[in-house]
Amino acid sequence: MNALLFSAISGVLMMFSGISVKRNATVRGLAIVLLLVVLAGTILDLQGVRLLHINTEGMLGFSRFSSLFMLVAVVSTLAYFLLSARDMEAVGNHYSEYFALIFFILTGVAMTAGFQSLLILFLGIEVLSIPLYILAGAEKNNLKSNEAALKYFLMGSFSTGLLLMGIALVYGATGTFATVPFTPADGKVPVLLTTGMMMLLFGLSFKVSAAPFHFWTPDVYDGSPTVFTSFMATVVKAAGFIAFMRLFNDAFSNIAPQWKLLVAVIVAVTLFVGNITAVFQQSVKRMLAYSSIAQAGFMMMAVYALNSDAQDGLILYAAAYSFATIGIFAVLIRMKDQSFEGFNGFARQQPLLAATLVVFLLSLAGIPLTAGFLSKLYMLRATMQAGSLALPLFAVLMAAISVYYYFRLLQAMYFREGNSGATLQVTGGFKVTLVLLAAATILLGVFPELLTQWLYF
Amino acid sequence: MDIRYYIFLSIALFVTGIIGVLTRRNAIVIFMCIELMLNAVNLLLVAFSKMHYKALAATNPTAGTDGQLFVFFIMVVAAAEVSVGLAIIVMLYRNTRSVDINFLNRLKH
Repeated sequence: MNALLFSAISGVLMMFSGISVKRNATVRGLAIVLLLVVLAGTILDLQGVRLLHINTEGMLGFSRFSSLFMLVAVVSTLAYFLLSARDMEAVGNHYSEYFALIFFILTGVAMTAGFQSLLILFLGIEVLSIPLYILAGAEKNNLKSNEAALKYFLMGSFSTGLLLMGIALVYGATGTFATVPFTPADGKVPVLLTTGMMMLLFGLSFKVSAAPFHFWTPDVYDGSPTVFTSFMATVVKAAGFIAFMRLFNDAFSNIAPQWKLLVAVIVAVTLFVGNITAVFQQSVKRMLAYSSIAQAGFMMMAVYALNSDAQDGLILYAAAYSFATIGIFAVLIRMKDQSFEGFNGFARQQPLLAATLVVFLLSLAGIPLTAGFLSKLYMLRATMQAGSLALPLFAVLMAAISVYYYFRLLQAMYFREGNSGATLQVTGGFKVTLVLLAAATILLGVFPELLTQWLYF
Repeated sequence: MDIRYYIFLSIALFVTGIIGVLTRRNAIVIFMCIELMLNAVNLLLVAFSKMHYKALAATNPTAGTDGQLFVFFIMVVAAAEVSVGLAIIVMLYRNTRSVDINFLNRLKH
């Protein structure tokens, strides 16, 4: 609850700071300080300390799982601010408003992490999406950015419509918006409930860009300003999965036979489409867009499994995926040529940055000793415990394909001649943050309990 | 009146909205169709709210009010979405002098 309040207040403060504060460096400093306050609030949440007692009528409550996810989201945002905040200056001249919008997105993330009512789920998803539509179109004179914003907006509101219809039908069947387990009276599930649940499933699949509802993702990620793509593809996407998993865990776990098969099919199709299409991309940004679809397939396995391993796994996955993707994007934003060739010979000029990029790429590909490997392992184990053998096997096969396109970037950096890194401008702080992020990736890959123990103690 | 009439009416409105979104090429018309979808949901929520009230009024005098409350939230959020959405469409119009979404295919390459 602290995190939610703090980030909402920070958003308002950032919005008004644009009036009085003119220097960009001050705005940036203020944003980082406010984010540290939000981080402190999140840690207090995890300790069970409530600074303000607000009666939410049982609509909003933070379990350890929600608070821990919020911690991962805030830490990822902090890394994102430290690495990429400077690059937002290039997007347009509303510098403080961009930070304000990001704080509002964090408020939405907190709501999707802590909802106990379908009303809060809906509000959270909207609070999270509407600022993103604006950020996607932040480069006002760039046609690609305009189109990305329009496409994202139309697809986003369309999926909101589906989601709302689902909520209305579930309400019709159960008479409540609370996400409490629904138990069919005489073993028969009302048709209204099944239809509503399907529409919720489709609406949320749109939001997290699971296939076959993923078609907007590459265009939107490609067209938006790269700084904001980085945030869109990491924190926001992970928040979608928390909402997804919590909804199906809290409300629909008793009628699992109705949706298990469908979710399994969506997982398989998402893994297939994401990985196969990513292989054929020439631009690193577009490759990362498809890779985000592929990783979404893995995260969705948590929705299929719905056990304690899946919870651990989803938290770990959110951390591993966000850290790695934010790190790669932070370097990508500063590259002139964003195709694979643009990275030729990168390791010679920037050995340190190249080494951290290798860690991130290995983590995304799921190579042992990185957080990405363990989070994939947790997901596979959770799915096997849930009684599916075909799905994990297929996922492993697809993960093997993903190695190809991640290693292509690695090969360009180390084994091709070129001078791509020569003109790259990086400060000492940027390098230190990137190294810390890479260290965190490796640390979580060796000691995952550093993160997951928070769930239980 | 029987609840089924309301369900059929709002599903008809909703499907009209979906068909509009999928077939029309004008961004503003698509936008109107999305609003139609949301209003279909509003209608359905109010109908369900009355239905639950009728069924449970004897034991719980506030039964079903949350459904009508939800409608207000949908209206507020839809208004916020309209303001952002129209701003995006105006921005696109300034740059291209058109609101045709066939432009969107330029990103696919």
